[in-house]
Amino acid sequence: MTPAAHDSGAWEWVVGLEVHCELQTATKLFCGCRNRFGDEPNTNICPVCLGLPGSLPVLNRQAVELAMRIGAALHCSVRPSIFHRKNYFYPDMPKDYQISQYDEPINVGGFLELPDGSRVGIVRAHLEEDTGKTTHVGGGGRVGSSEYSLVDYNRAGVPLVEIVSEPDIRSAEQARLYVSELRGILVATGASDGRMEEGSMRVDANISVRRVGSEQFGTRCEIKNLNSLRSLGRALEYEARRQIELLEAGETVVQETRHWDEEANRTTAMRSKEEAFDYRYFPEPDLVPLDPDPAWQRAVAASLGPMPADRRARILEVLGGTEASAQRDQVGVVVNQALDDLVLTAVDHGAPGSLALARAANEAAANPEAARRLDPKAFAQLILFEASGKLSSTQSKEVLGELLVRGGGDPEAIARAKGFEALAADALAAVIDEVIKANPAEWDSYLGGNDKVAGALIGKVMAATKGQADGKVVAAELRRLRSSS
Amino acid sequence: MAISRDDVAYVAALARLELSEEELERYTVQLASILAHAADIAALDLSDLAPMAHPLPLKNVFRDDEPRPGLERDVVLAAAPAVEDHRFCVPRILGEEP
Ligand SMILES: [Zn+2]
Repeated sequence: MTPAAHDSGAWEWVVGLEVHCELQTATKLFCGCRNRFGDEPNTNICPVCLGLPGSLPVLNRQAVELAMRIGAALHCSVRPSIFHRKNYFYPDMPKDYQISQYDEPINVGGFLELPDGSRVGIVRAHLEEDTGKTTHVGGGGRVGSSEYSLVDYNRAGVPLVEIVSEPDIRSAEQARLYVSELRGILVATGASDGRMEEGSMRVDANISVRRVGSEQFGTRCEIKNLNSLRSLGRALEYEARRQIELLEAGETVVQETRHWDEEANRTTAMRSKEEAFDYRYFPEPDLVPLDPDPAWQRAVAASLGPMPADRRARILEVLGGTEASAQRDQVGVVVNQALDDLVLTAVDHGAPGSLALARAANEAAANPEAARRLDPKAFAQLILFEASGKLSSTQSKEVLGELLVRGGGDPEAIARAKGFEALAADALAAVIDEVIKANPAEWDSYLGGNDKVAGALIGKVMAATKGQADGKVVAAELRRLRSSS
Repeated sequence: MAISRDDVAYVAALARLELSEEELERYTVQLASILAHAADIAALDLSDLAPMAHPLPLKNVFRDDEPRPGLERDVVLAAAPAVEDHRFCVPRILGEEP
């Protein structure tokens, strides 16, 4: 391959994403079986989700409510909808069909605004049921070469919303940004836990390439098995390059479904076009139309809390609207992990916003579940201790770690129990005073403007406090003493 | 709306039905008469009527999101031809996931 053939500058990507999101309901979409990840295999099954003859589906109201919340958060409109049967033979669905919404979905025509200001259109966000989980035995666990397969139907019938974007995405970075922002929105609506690693959010990508300036779409391929933001980005990079190389070599792209192989770092064709699926969609006769009344729709829209974009803006506002990109990233982490309250409460209590943000985005976000349970007031108190020099940054992080592990507590008591109390501001002042008296020559030199000697003085203070003082705080105190002497 | 023998063979293949030549002929005739009935309806002027999604005059039938006991795993698995690790054991799957 020549470098020229690799030059993607003249090419433009056209990407649309389909995101499947498992809804956080107590029960499945059409039956009262529990919707719970991680249960013993085949313990949440009944005649409906096993497709036994004579069983009838009944729609879960809460799943509809959550679907409408997602739609509202994505600026979609709700329309009258119906369910269809999507017929296929594969043992992940015992009925031999999946109940889904086809040409009359519940939510249509919305958009999602990304943190970089770009906007991705939403074609639809529809309800459907999830399939069971198959495990392929033998042949390296791959379906084609396995000896047989095992099926767990706990997931069969779990409610999903599938969110289909317009083909508005132009880069791997934008695709990752879209999924990350969508994840934040899904979590904010309460519809999803957003856990990609547990499969509660799954992404398929449609990608084609075209010459920059062209209005026509190229032939697209669908990529499946994208289980992380990293896979998504890498799969798109690979697939775009593959298509560009084909086109530059004068060949054509074949429309097909491709499987992302994480280990081999490549996509491979899943099936040939002559086997193209015909799902024989037809209206599900056992379910009646869904037509949420306007009052319900209004109530759902009104019940939505602030979305991630609003929350990021709010935090940046209390921080004083700084535009540093590092801080933007930290704000993004805090909002994605739903730790807004920590920062906002700390600032409310008079703590410096940038310090509260840093501790929330780094140390607290490293243990997000515990951090979400943390009393924001305790966090605020800790940040105030650190800001005033009562605790060094190392000590503050240690106390924060303890608060997270314990699931709460009094930062002052934890600091004292760890022997950090000696570093109360007055105690530190006493140590500095002693060091100055014991080293009059150095102190005179420092007073005379020799900043280099400050390091030696700080070192002596650190030694006297057995390293528990915060060097920055000591330095600040020395400067303060010099300017006031 | 005419239906051809090839259409019937295609639909049969999708439904994983193995039909003999004689069955193909017979079902083509039968399906053609069913479609002819639908064509009678299509010939009526129904422009004033909204398409009907369901024969019953009902919409918005819901269930509350409350768990209900399902079936005992052992009972269900006892009815399966093969079981391993409390899972249904199925023969090698030919072809890829849909
Ligand atoms: Zn069930």
